[in-house]
Amino acid sequence: MSLAVDLRHRLERIAVDVSIRAGAGLTAIVGPSGAGKTTLLHIVAGLLRPDEARIVLNDDVLVDTARGVFVPPDRRRIGYVTQESRLFPHLTVRHNLAYGHWFTPVGERRLTLAAVVAMLDLDALLARRPSRLSGGERQRVALGRALMTSPRLLLLDEPLAAVDVARRQEILPYLDRLRRELALPTLYVTHAVEEVSARAEAVIAMDEGRVVSVQPNLG
Amino acid sequence: MFAWTTDDLQILRLSVSVAALATLAALGPAIAVATLLARRRFWGHSAVNAIVHLPLVLPPVVTGYFLLRAFGTRGPIGGWLADTLGLVFAFRWTGAVLAAAVMGFPLMVRAIRSSIESVDPRLEEAAASLGASPTWRLLTITLPLAAPGILAGAILGFAKALGEFGATITFVSNIPGETQTLALAIYSLTQTPGGDAGVWRLAALSVCVSFVALVAADTLARRTAVRR
Repeated sequence: MSLAVDLRHRLERIAVDVSIRAGAGLTAIVGPSGAGKTTLLHIVAGLLRPDEARIVLNDDVLVDTARGVFVPPDRRRIGYVTQESRLFPHLTVRHNLAYGHWFTPVGERRLTLAAVVAMLDLDALLARRPSRLSGGERQRVALGRALMTSPRLLLLDEPLAAVDVARRQEILPYLDRLRRELALPTLYVTHAVEEVSARAEAVIAMDEGRVVSVQPNLG
Repeated sequence: MFAWTTDDLQILRLSVSVAALATLAALGPAIAVATLLARRRFWGHSAVNAIVHLPLVLPPVVTGYFLLRAFGTRGPIGGWLADTLGLVFAFRWTGAVLAAAVMGFPLMVRAIRSSIESVDPRLEEAAASLGASPTWRLLTITLPLAAPGILAGAILGFAKALGEFGATITFVSNIPGETQTLALAIYSLTQTPGGDAGVWRLAALSVCVSFVALVAADTLARRTAVRR
């Protein structure tokens, strides 16, 4: 697996101008808030049209502004988990999980509901609505919901930021499990380097819209 | 109490049918226009918004006159519909439905638009990332979450249709048994010496129907709210 992103995009306050390469495993993207990390993920997910970009996932060109290519987000099969989980309030946990599965082409479905439920310990939550979940539970459901689409790439945008520090330990083991069992290529955005430093294959540091350093993790 | 005559009940039935059909006919287009105004930015946005609101601010008699010109049997649209589909609006109950639908339309669009705008667009983004196309996002996320507002819009449209007077009388006149709804019948009776008793009977019916509609709306709205 390989992801190649070359993009330039003007925002109100900064211009994001980055080139990154990511392979299998976890690639951490760290930096202060306002560095352009979320913008980068938005563009990779297809939720924002960049001014100029070329984004290639495996051999699939997702964006090539020079040639007018733009694959809409619903055809990218990229899982995206944000800090506010964005669960559908009118659906139960079970239906939130099933939502993306239903839109995934049958031949591409690699994970079943039972497997995801077991991996993330969601069994007790299935009948509940999102309003009756704790912050940590919500994030686990959001992660499971993204996995149910059998994504080719997982984007995690500060998935622990809205969860209090004590509860983070309830989620991190699941992330490790995911990493071990699915070997899913993942971009993990955070401003807390310690969250990911031991887990990442590489750490990309960003500031003011630019990549300031790329370090393979030797730890 | 009141001793309602069969004529009274026939008027009631016609009024409720006209208002219900008008609401059903206007609901689909109202949802479509509300979605467009709430979620898309396009050239002519303000113009569309203004046109939608025209029946709300124009004197109803003007709207009725336009309908008569356009949908009359010799009008450009009415003539074509009469020739091809055999659908005649002028001086028929179908015209009363059309007038009521047009008059209720802006109220429905306003209510539905604001409820769609209150749906968090980030939920639609989440649905997009999960593989839902724009149409599926609308059907599975936006509209279900906006359901209480859509319901409120439909009730408003129904209430407006039930009370519609000016455009209806201008477009399809006041024909007993065909286009004479509660409002028009009450108007006729106020112009008739000794019509007071009839006015009271029909006015009581109007109050009853409106009251039932409002209570039903409130109950349904509460149920949809609880289901979240």
